[in-house]
Amino acid sequence: MKRLVVGAHYGLMDWLAQRVTGVLMAIYTVIIFAAALGGATASREAWQAFMANGFIRFITFLFIISLCYHAWVGVRDIWMDYINPAAMRVILHVLTLLALVGYAGWAVQIIWRL
Amino acid sequence: MPEMTKQRPKHLALHEIRLPLAGYASILHRVSGAGMFLMLPLLIWLFELSLGSTAESAAMFTAVTGNVLVKLILLGLLWAFLHHFCMGIRILLIDVHVGVEKQQAHVSAIAVLAVSLFLTLVLGLKLLGAY
Repeated sequence: MKRLVVGAHYGLMDWLAQRVTGVLMAIYTVIIFAAALGGATASREAWQAFMANGFIRFITFLFIISLCYHAWVGVRDIWMDYINPAAMRVILHVLTLLALVGYAGWAVQIIWRL
Repeated sequence: MPEMTKQRPKHLALHEIRLPLAGYASILHRVSGAGMFLMLPLLIWLFELSLGSTAESAAMFTAVTGNVLVKLILLGLLWAFLHHFCMGIRILLIDVHVGVEKQQAHVSAIAVLAVSLFLTLVLGLKLLGAY
């Protein structure tokens, strides 16, 4: 039997994850925008003091993880829609995953060493 | 239905397809998401420079964000983020059955395109240092 390399059973989970991560990032955006209006981005010192705050670092960590998961689902959907040869698609999936895991680590260590 | 399986694969004449406005807004959601994904390294690098404690990172941040090409990319990313944000809210509303009717969906697509462009103008002028 010739099997097609397609997804199975993760559709609902990804649909939900895309919504949850999207809402988290939207809330984070509103918080950062409000902080900017309140002067958190007025100077380099103000910005660094703002980002060094424990709570802000906590929600920034959640934002980074949300962003990378959200981007994984979205970019994988693009490959699934337009890249037909299975080998090429799998390579692109792996490269996307590796890039996003690397970005997450890079971004997290930026806030963790503050 | 054998007549349906006869003409596969079906090649669409993309240049002849006329989408409703919501279709263009939807495609731009994908385009903006892809653009932001591709530019993530630049954004994380700028984030790193903005939080660097050395004078070199401060100078590098000023130099990079002062570059005209970088400014243009950031302006594009600002639009991409705002469009993706507004379209995301539209998607969430449709998920809970708000604005599902054809006319409402058309109006909300116009709203997404208009609001994101307007906010890009307002925040973009700030980004470019106009005020």
